[in-house]
Amino acid sequence: MTTRHLLLGNEALGLGAYVGGATVGTGYPGTPSTEILECFARNPGVYAEWSPNEKVALEVGLGAAQAGARTIVTMKHVGLNVAADPFFAAAYVGVKGGLVVVSADDPGMHSSQGEQDNRNYAKFAKVPLLEPSDSQECLDMMRLALELSEQFDIPVLLRTTGRISHSKSLVEVPETTSPRGSDVTPPRLSFTRRPEKYVMLPGYARQRRVSLEERLVRLREYAESTPLNRVEWGNSHLGIISGSIAYQYAREVFPQASHLKLGMSYPLPARLVLDFARHVDRLVIVEELDPFLEEQIRALPGLPAIPFHGKGVFPSIGELSSEVVARAAVAHGLIAADSVSAALCPEDPGRGGTTPPLQVPTLPPRPPLLCPGCGHRATFYVLRQLMRAAKDEGLVVTGDIGCYTLGALRPLQAMDTCTCMGASIGQAIGIEKAGAVNKVVAVIGDSTFYHSGITGLVDVVTSGAASTVVILDNSTTAMTGGNPNPGTGTGIAGRPARRIELETLCRGLGIQDVQVVDAYNIGEIDANVTRALASPEPSVIIVRAPCALQHRGPRPLVSRVEPERCTGCWTCLMTACPAIVREGGKAVILEERCTGCRVCNQVCTEEAILLLEREGAKP
Amino acid sequence: MTPLNFVLVGVGGQGILLASDLLCQAGMAVGYDVKKTDVHGMAQRGGSVVSHVRLADRVYSPMVPTGAADFLLGFEKLEACRSAGQLRCGGVAVVSDEAIPTLPLAAPSMRYPDDAALYGVLRARAAELTVVPAALFAARLGNPRVANLVLLGGLSRHLDIPPSAWERAIAERVPARFRDINLRAFALGRQASSP
Repeated sequence: MTTRHLLLGNEALGLGAYVGGATVGTGYPGTPSTEILECFARNPGVYAEWSPNEKVALEVGLGAAQAGARTIVTMKHVGLNVAADPFFAAAYVGVKGGLVVVSADDPGMHSSQGEQDNRNYAKFAKVPLLEPSDSQECLDMMRLALELSEQFDIPVLLRTTGRISHSKSLVEVPETTSPRGSDVTPPRLSFTRRPEKYVMLPGYARQRRVSLEERLVRLREYAESTPLNRVEWGNSHLGIISGSIAYQYAREVFPQASHLKLGMSYPLPARLVLDFARHVDRLVIVEELDPFLEEQIRALPGLPAIPFHGKGVFPSIGELSSEVVARAAVAHGLIAADSVSAALCPEDPGRGGTTPPLQVPTLPPRPPLLCPGCGHRATFYVLRQLMRAAKDEGLVVTGDIGCYTLGALRPLQAMDTCTCMGASIGQAIGIEKAGAVNKVVAVIGDSTFYHSGITGLVDVVTSGAASTVVILDNSTTAMTGGNPNPGTGTGIAGRPARRIELETLCRGLGIQDVQVVDAYNIGEIDANVTRALASPEPSVIIVRAPCALQHRGPRPLVSRVEPERCTGCWTCLMTACPAIVREGGKAVILEERCTGCRVCNQVCTEEAILLLEREGAKP
Repeated sequence: MTPLNFVLVGVGGQGILLASDLLCQAGMAVGYDVKKTDVHGMAQRGGSVVSHVRLADRVYSPMVPTGAADFLLGFEKLEACRSAGQLRCGGVAVVSDEAIPTLPLAAPSMRYPDDAALYGVLRARAAELTVVPAALFAARLGNPRVANLVLLGGLSRHLDIPPSAWERAIAERVPARFRDINLRAFALGRQASSP
């Protein structure tokens, strides 16, 4: 029995893991992957954790799988870079219980620093790759991936993209409520000592290297016959090969063509592809980002000499869409303009469209912003002032990854670098050790610090750098929706967890100058940063306030501009607070947005902003 | 069944994703295949939010092609104007008159446009433009957060989906203690937007 539900791809993956018998789930939050583990963690009888980073998550996952538990490990695409070391080794040593690594890629970079195509990791690490194209396949493929991993003794890479993870579609959900995970008596698991399999000394590793190739041969055979790879015959003029979300676009743009849909795209089912190619006049590969399928297919011995199109037609940068695929196909003569549904390109008269493009005037932009009451605001305001005071390139702020990266945007503009998780500290050391004339402040969030900043701070100590490190501590992983981290004191889905105190940790690493500062106190932040910059010793300044989005309960205070004192100098607007607007040459604070954080009160040079008790607030 | 494309736009925190979920569930109830897709990520920090919903016998891509939306549901009028080009010629726009100010120093020389400019752009594309005082209605009901349901009610009268399907979707999706006020907001929007 099944029931139909409207589910996110990520919800279907989390549910699929549970009904597939997974009992352990680990990961590090990151858009567009975060909801997978959150959904998995809600189920009874499972162990789930947000690990400090993806490397640890995969190592915990590998241990669980070696003990015999079916396990999922979730992360965003760049997270797999962090976890790459255990990922490659896991392919050698293999598993006992099924191990599925989920990589949620972000074509179009909606919330990422890059758009790498993680299908390449499957080929690179020599592990099987599954790619769902909607929420139903997310559920089905997750279940199958757990089985395949056990059957072939290898981790499976399950790769989605943001468009699959964050789209909802209908899913037939099995009504089984007692998967392996919640049996009355859980299976008795044990780690079995097998050094030749699990201890990768060179002598054993050489044997596992051979075993890996043998497992790949068997997987290649499986790929030839699995229903995950299927032909949907249409006419023989065009043969389309696609997978993932690109399959949906291809089906919409080429309704008459024959389609080979690859749900398991590595190892490539060579015979299936060749057989498909022999039955069509023209081969078209539709895939997002890299020519991953195209390069493998072009290299197949025995490929018929028919016209072949791939990245020569479709862009390799950014997201595809039905529109993008249709326009490219018409422009390169793959299909006649009049054969494309007018509904796909309504603005294209050549394609039967009747809608002239609409000229929308330039409108004020609405970029993402630090929230009203955000504890990061005052720090960036101070850093901006210090940068201006230092003139030119005197003060450099190396930044990191989180909400606070918004501190790089107007009008704060107080961040000079953002590279990858934890890079702010290493880059600060590098700028100093290169002998640059600049003073440097590294700014990093608490979650990012636990993730990858700790080792950077170790280097601050051992290298003898004079670094000034500001840790913006809001006690949560805010960017991805307020997920707990080691400093929160709770775990995923409200599980109990012990808290690691940042100041104790930093002192323990050997930093003697550790200060904890109120995130809304501009004078205190300014004094501490200024002092630390002048000091030859390394300093950590922990700027602390809970995330404004986590706040529950009343806000007793509110700030208000006294119009007669406001001179319209707009200094308050330099804090980038969404609660402050301009009206008739004066600043006005929108009461419903104001949290009474008092940052604007401190920056106003005319003392025109009052901090008042909110009307109706209980005394 | 007639395929239908919807684009829902507004600002983070306006309840757009709940509205698009309810639209999907109402569509499911009358037998459509359904897909929706949202822009997440950095949009939740007060930026623009866009949700696409597609109803058809079989939906492939979850994204509505540019200029192919039958309906534009604007939860904030500047955002509705920004996305006017998503609508097809002859499409219907249902727009809240709510204005959420943009940050002045993100673009110092630009002001929030006046109604004539915003609605002018929408009228250039929409065969029908309904402006709903959704925030005002929601405030009258005692909870500004249900403006999204007022607007959804306004949309619902254009669709061949019975009120019972909407009500069931709301009952399933909204926590019990907010169910009644959401139902009332929906009914008010549906009634007030009648021709």
